[in-house]
Amino acid sequence: MSGSALLLQFLNGLAGANSLFLVAAGLSLIFGVSRIVNFAHGSLYMLGMYVAVWLAPATGFWAAVLLAALIVAATGALVEIGVLRRLYQAPELLQLLATFALVLIVRDFALWAWGPQDMLGPRAPGFGDAVFIAGAAFPRYDLLLIALGPLVFVLLHALLTRTRWGTLVRAATEDREMAAALGVNQRWLFTGIFGLGALLAGAGGALAVPREPASLAVDLAAISDAFVVVVVGGLGSVPGAFLAALVIGEVKAFCIGYGYSEITLAVEFIVMAVVLVLRPWGLLGKPLPAPRGAAAVEPPLGRIDRKAALALACLAALLAGLPLAGDEYTLVLATDILVFALFAVSLHFIMGPGGLASFGHAAYLGLGAYGAALLLLRAHAPTEAALALAPLLALGGAALCGWFAVRLAGVYLAMLTLAFAQIVWSIAFQWDSVTGGSNGLIGVWPAPWLASKSAYYYLALLVCGIGIALLWRALGAPLGYTLRAGRDAPLRADAIGIDVRRVQWIGFAIAGTFAGIAGALYAFSKGSISPETLSVPRSVDALVMVLLGGVQTLTGPAWGAVLFVWLQDELAREVEYWRAAIGAVVLALVLVFPRGLAGYLKERFAR
Amino acid sequence: MTALVVQGLTKSYGGVQALRGVSFSVSTGELVAIIGPNGAGKTTCFNLLNGQLAPDAGDITLDGRSLVGRAPRDIWRLGVGRTFQITATFGSMSVRENVQMALVSRERRLYAPFAAFPRLYAAEADALLERVGMLEQAARPCALLAYGDLKRVELAIALANRPRLLLMDEPTAGMASEERGALIALARALAKTDGIAVLFTEHDMEIVFGHADRVLVLHAGELIAVGAPEVVRVDARVQELYLGAP
Ligand SMILES: Nc1ncnc2c1ncn2[C@@H]1O[C@H](COP(=O)(O)OP(=O)(O)O)[C@@H](O)[C@H]1O
Ligand SMILES: [Mg+2]
Repeated sequence: MSGSALLLQFLNGLAGANSLFLVAAGLSLIFGVSRIVNFAHGSLYMLGMYVAVWLAPATGFWAAVLLAALIVAATGALVEIGVLRRLYQAPELLQLLATFALVLIVRDFALWAWGPQDMLGPRAPGFGDAVFIAGAAFPRYDLLLIALGPLVFVLLHALLTRTRWGTLVRAATEDREMAAALGVNQRWLFTGIFGLGALLAGAGGALAVPREPASLAVDLAAISDAFVVVVVGGLGSVPGAFLAALVIGEVKAFCIGYGYSEITLAVEFIVMAVVLVLRPWGLLGKPLPAPRGAAAVEPPLGRIDRKAALALACLAALLAGLPLAGDEYTLVLATDILVFALFAVSLHFIMGPGGLASFGHAAYLGLGAYGAALLLLRAHAPTEAALALAPLLALGGAALCGWFAVRLAGVYLAMLTLAFAQIVWSIAFQWDSVTGGSNGLIGVWPAPWLASKSAYYYLALLVCGIGIALLWRALGAPLGYTLRAGRDAPLRADAIGIDVRRVQWIGFAIAGTFAGIAGALYAFSKGSISPETLSVPRSVDALVMVLLGGVQTLTGPAWGAVLFVWLQDELAREVEYWRAAIGAVVLALVLVFPRGLAGYLKERFAR
Repeated sequence: MTALVVQGLTKSYGGVQALRGVSFSVSTGELVAIIGPNGAGKTTCFNLLNGQLAPDAGDITLDGRSLVGRAPRDIWRLGVGRTFQITATFGSMSVRENVQMALVSRERRLYAPFAAFPRLYAAEADALLERVGMLEQAARPCALLAYGDLKRVELAIALANRPRLLLMDEPTAGMASEERGALIALARALAKTDGIAVLFTEHDMEIVFGHADRVLVLHAGELIAVGAPEVVRVDARVQELYLGAP
């Protein structure tokens, strides 16, 4: 690449860094004060884009940017008042889930309001042409963005260091209890910081409109980018977000400049992983203070006694008789339920006893599904071989992500697993020649002896039954107890010879492998496979299944999957915007039972 | 026979010098108490001995093997068992399962995916619980135990690997006074019968002077007196430290 081309790529990276910074700074500020990682921050960014594109024809570009930022800011403040304010004392997992429910709702709202097509925005008046730099054309608008990033940074910095409000924000970031004790009015501080964060995200989205079209996939792309930026820069640090946005912006620009746009996310992930391993709290961040108060004590896990085993055997016999009674539709639904029961049980394996809540478990489901489809279609392997070998791909992915994941906890873990899943998704989405891109792969039909719905149902019953039995068995074996030991008291575990990271890594890999088995079964049952299989919403489906059934129960997650898949089937038939409906259900669950369903029931019946 | 040898152990946290060049040794079958006011560095010393922290300088050897630079789990396999000042047990498991966990680890069967855990080494776990007087509560969840009982469970866990060195950080905190004497007497009996070197911290001076073979006095990270209880009791600096009198 020539010198001037290098320069242009560099400038391109700076321009891209602007919107990265705006989103990440808001995310970071909100986290600093509220300790909530707002998964919906990318959705606010997306909302900013859509609103700007929508308003621009009427108001002109600049007014549209301003209005979009303000509308999104108001939305953010309302969300804080209506939802998040009630969740500050709730477990971290529920907070994350609630913000995720918002993602689903906002996305379906955008679909309803603006339709599924990408929407091209207007150019910025006066900045629509190109300037010549070192003999090459460069969009004038991008120069504006390059200047805008540092300007916003300086303004934010001044706001935080020169104003009373900023001092309060910093005090709350340093020490919440202390700030509360000093009589800071937390309510308005929190609402204000959400408003400010949303304002930044909305402005970032609106300003990106001349560079890229508004689309429904922007939310998750923006949030996983923002996760990478805040993790690299340090959660809670605005200068860190600025620095990291520049780094990631450049990484992206050069990957795309060299023609490797497919691997951009992978390179980002590597940068993030390296930073996490070397400086787990980011380049400019500080180690998080350990949460005060005793750690939650998890209740013992249930056990399958003789009676339960008998009941399960009866259930199996009943299920084996289903093809005699049910029609094809029922069999397909039942196959789905079996597949997702295995999927949910595999997530529970690492999330409950292992204590590692993965926000990207669908990645392994998808790797199994794509593995099976690719083996069948590209390697012309027989069905049996495809089913048997595909889970190995999931094992590989889980081993890779898990190696990093076991070094992290809480929100960092959630962000890393989500970012990893988003990368796998984007590979599936973009690598047209192999994965079929957004269309996916079709013609993934099993061998003739499995072609009938009932034969395939029996296969699913057998494989999922055995898979679930194996996982449950492992939880009652030393492996499961060792996982729980590492979760309950890592120091004690270490002091009796347990390598906590290793057992968690093994657990993560096993969970991924079984999710991969479910994925392979899924691919053949549908006959086709698309990136949606491993999308992040699918990961959240799994979390919801597990939480519905109860994280700290043994068989609960399987029942959670049954309920969820059945509900989804009903909803998808009756309701057009069923993702939003699921989001609403999740929100309701989280708001009404902030200690989790299981915790609620326990409290109810303990009295 | 000398089991543990500590030489010039030094550790600081940022600006705080928690230990400054501490040297001592503990023999097989010997019961040694570390005393000193809060913040003297006792817990830090234990955390260095079991590998939870790395020393800034100094050496630690057990039976001639250096422990420095090893992870706690490896040090445990070399024969160091410990209890924590703030008890650490597996709250989602029963008392018996806590001890079984240590036994399973000793037998290197941690990753076994199919064996039924509740049946593994249950008899041996019960024998250990019997020794510390916790057999009646073996089936209770650890999360529901009284603090003093948790300390006993920790002791049973620490004994599971037949340790050469047993570290007990304030093992009697939270116990009634007659219970305390009994626990230390138990530790003493273990030290003698099983040939375990025992190092413990304790605030109750009656117990310390009544049971320990030797006493180490730490103050602000320095060892200011070492010796038999009778000797340490009359040491001028110790008197000054505890009684404020010259
Ligand atoms: N993790 C830590 N970070 C910073 N200072 C510590 C830490 N742990 C202990 N200290 C300090 O080191 C000194 C010794 O502490 P510690 O070993 O806990 O004493 P003891 O157990 O004798 O009460 C004290 O001044 C304490 O404040
Ligand atoms: Mg102490």
